[in-house]
Amino acid sequence: MTDNGTPLLQMRNIKKDFFGNQVLTDINFTLGAGQVLGLCGENGAGKSTLMKILFGMDVIRETGGYSGEILIDGKPVAFHTPFDALTAGIGMVHQEFSLIPGFTATENILLDREPQKKTILAEVFGDRLNTLDYKEMDRRAAAAIQKMGVAIDPNMTISSMPVGHKQFTEIARELSKDQLKLLILDEPTAVLTEKEAEALLESIRNMAAQGISIIFITHRLHEILAVCDKVVVMRDGYVVQDVPAAGTSVEDITRWMVGRDVQSSSAQTAVQIKNTSAKTIMSIQHLWVDMPGETVRNVSLDIREGEILGIGGLAGQGKLGIPNGIMGLYEAGGTVEFDGKKIPLNSPRKCLDASLAFVSEDRREVGLLLDESLEWNVAFPAMQIQNKFLKNLLGGLIKWRDEKGIRSVTQKYIDQLQIKCTSSKQKAKELSGGNQQKVCLAKAFALEPKFLFVSEPTRGIDVGAKALVLEALKQFNRDSGVTVVMISSELEELRQTCDRIAIISGGRVAGILPAAASSEEFGMLMVSQVK
Amino acid sequence: MSQKKNALAGKKALELLSGNAVPIMFIIICAIFIPLAGFSPSYLLNEIITRMGRNLFLVLCLLFPIMAGMGLNFAMTLGAMGAEIAVILVADWQIWGIPGVVLSMILSIPFSALLGFICGTLQNMSKGREMITSYIINFFINGWYLLIVLYTMGPIIPIIHSSIMLPRGYGIRNTVSLLNMRQCLDDLLAIRISGVKIPVFTFLLVGLLCLFIVWFRRTKLGQDMRAVGQDMQVAKDAGINVDRTRILSVVMSTVCAGFGMVIYLQNIGNLPTYTGHSQIGMFCIAALLVGGASVEKATIGNAFLGVTLFHLMFIVAPSAGKVITGDSMVGEYFRVFLSYGVITIALIMYEAKKRMEKSRAGQELAQAQKEEEAAQ
Repeated sequence: MTDNGTPLLQMRNIKKDFFGNQVLTDINFTLGAGQVLGLCGENGAGKSTLMKILFGMDVIRETGGYSGEILIDGKPVAFHTPFDALTAGIGMVHQEFSLIPGFTATENILLDREPQKKTILAEVFGDRLNTLDYKEMDRRAAAAIQKMGVAIDPNMTISSMPVGHKQFTEIARELSKDQLKLLILDEPTAVLTEKEAEALLESIRNMAAQGISIIFITHRLHEILAVCDKVVVMRDGYVVQDVPAAGTSVEDITRWMVGRDVQSSSAQTAVQIKNTSAKTIMSIQHLWVDMPGETVRNVSLDIREGEILGIGGLAGQGKLGIPNGIMGLYEAGGTVEFDGKKIPLNSPRKCLDASLAFVSEDRREVGLLLDESLEWNVAFPAMQIQNKFLKNLLGGLIKWRDEKGIRSVTQKYIDQLQIKCTSSKQKAKELSGGNQQKVCLAKAFALEPKFLFVSEPTRGIDVGAKALVLEALKQFNRDSGVTVVMISSELEELRQTCDRIAIISGGRVAGILPAAASSEEFGMLMVSQVK
Repeated sequence: MSQKKNALAGKKALELLSGNAVPIMFIIICAIFIPLAGFSPSYLLNEIITRMGRNLFLVLCLLFPIMAGMGLNFAMTLGAMGAEIAVILVADWQIWGIPGVVLSMILSIPFSALLGFICGTLQNMSKGREMITSYIINFFINGWYLLIVLYTMGPIIPIIHSSIMLPRGYGIRNTVSLLNMRQCLDDLLAIRISGVKIPVFTFLLVGLLCLFIVWFRRTKLGQDMRAVGQDMQVAKDAGINVDRTRILSVVMSTVCAGFGMVIYLQNIGNLPTYTGHSQIGMFCIAALLVGGASVEKATIGNAFLGVTLFHLMFIVAPSAGKVITGDSMVGEYFRVFLSYGVITIALIMYEAKKRMEKSRAGQELAQAQKEEEAAQ
């Protein structure tokens, strides 16, 4: 695609530093009307920061602004708030949903932009006493959904929608803004099922055909190749590649992102088949878990001592419910035996006392104390549960924190997992997603458990960090003999890491295969009971 | 198959029961007390209708802050205080009858709006703890009210007639007689059906407020309030001025409470200067909750049902208590204790219901699994 005249968006020499820490250096690129730009890069490469600048988010201004120029239709612009960006025709769909749960899709699409009918009281008390024009609302919402090209029910309330439809509602909301020229999608497919993701890609093509430019951020590189006109690859705050998508491949992009060759991801056949007669360390019988969107029904599973068991399956089929249910985070029933002893369900403390540990997929809410230092994050559970890092004074009457021990153990994991941080005193919320994930792992390792659940350890983190995290898990399993159950939606990484892989479909175990089984076999199991 | 259907119907009935536990409990209490008290039906009906006219307007004003997600507005008492100041002034100016009532309502607007604004602003500073804040604000503003009525009325705010002043020369008497204003709204267009007096005009006013509430839900401001009530952050990101919307909902509530208090006082016919407002908030909230409302959801229907049941209990409890124990004070004690109990239950239920819903979904899952195993 060639663009005539001025491109819609030009970014010139954008620079940004956070308190002397340079995160963006000389960013330059252009985007024509109706073009789709795929933006990729490792975590911490500066993608999010760049989009925050473009969208005028408060955090940029609060941290000293940026330098460089943004031009829209050839005119320089400076956004002070997201609302300025909205008026200029920029829409953004964030990773976290921003929807009112009790409202219908229509009400959410037109939130605060509802068409109104004049009333007499409004003449006296102001426009907010105008009544809403429900017919016009229905029409506009329907038009926006039409424009998007994915059918969602405009009258369904958000709280009863599947997660994919919520995402589409957000997109429709941006599309309902008449002035929309540029839409930023920040990892929109992360929460979608494969089918929904395909529908989204289709709708991206649709929108582009209607002249809307799109910046598409994703870690799923094949999606970029499928819909984008050009690819911009960022690394360490620089744009390292700016090329048409047509001539590239997933391997090229990966190489540019990490700046080195990542070993091609084929199933590792060299995994030595571990002694299959090893004793069963955990036996799960008739487990049900009531986790919204990840319901588990009647799962029975035996886990052998010392193995890495993978649990895979499509999103929303219940694979996440298994560890969350066993560890007592969601209501569950059935029996779970660990090391010959029954583990009471719905009681996180009892699980932890039994030397089980869990790295949650929800690292921000469950996994981390965001406002505390890394030291605290790493040592806190061990301190709480096992009385580690505590010095007893006065015969145990007063317990004192062993700051030195905490620091050294944190430093050990920072080195081992290559956590990028200024010091072990840095706050957890200041780290990027991938590094936060590593802290979560360190936290679980510090507990020195006998059994570890790891849920989506690589979700939202980049290729380089991914390899490191997986290697750390393997090493932990090998060196300490810890049984690991790893839950992931990415089959390839399960096949690289695990000994056996159980596939969950429709809330049930569809089958258990060795890692060396072919992708087709896994694929059949994954869709076997999808409802 | 039919067994399954029955089980389903049974489950639904059970849900209906547990969802309306509080109103059902009160229906049972009333059903036991009414025959014990031995009042004639026409007396009971008369009393109920009088009390509905007296209280409904006050109870309905609680709906606005609930819509905006601010919970039960204990600070509706502020509106009552505003109305009392207005009524004292109007009584002193000796403007009686309908003009007096109308003037009191108009005069109460600036007082209650100002107090509502203060309350809303303070509640915005304590998001998530609106109810306890509004409750404590009552005590704080009550101090101001006492200051105004006890010390400034007379020396600073001119009071013409010594009949409403304390003998010492300043401050207002414990009771201000509103005899010349008594039931003038209720008597307007009133009709009697076999001995039961129906205050048509008062009910018209209540009906008007109901219509306003229904209409208000469809306005931009109403929609904004509902959005703010469900998720403040999302509403803010969409461009809604959250703080202002919340303040408006409290101001609307206190202003309506002011009108409601004037209606209440004209029905009673005198103003207990220092105690008139003290229980209003508590009783109105209790009434609304008895009608099946919760902290986050209340309808006009809840208000009507609640006022009926709560006051039915109020009427019959003393007599029933006397029959049972020989002492009417027991019944008196019983009704106060019950209204506090109801509020406590409602506040606990708010959290418990969420948890119960969660565990119910789990039980359904376990049940389905059991059935499946049995089928195999």
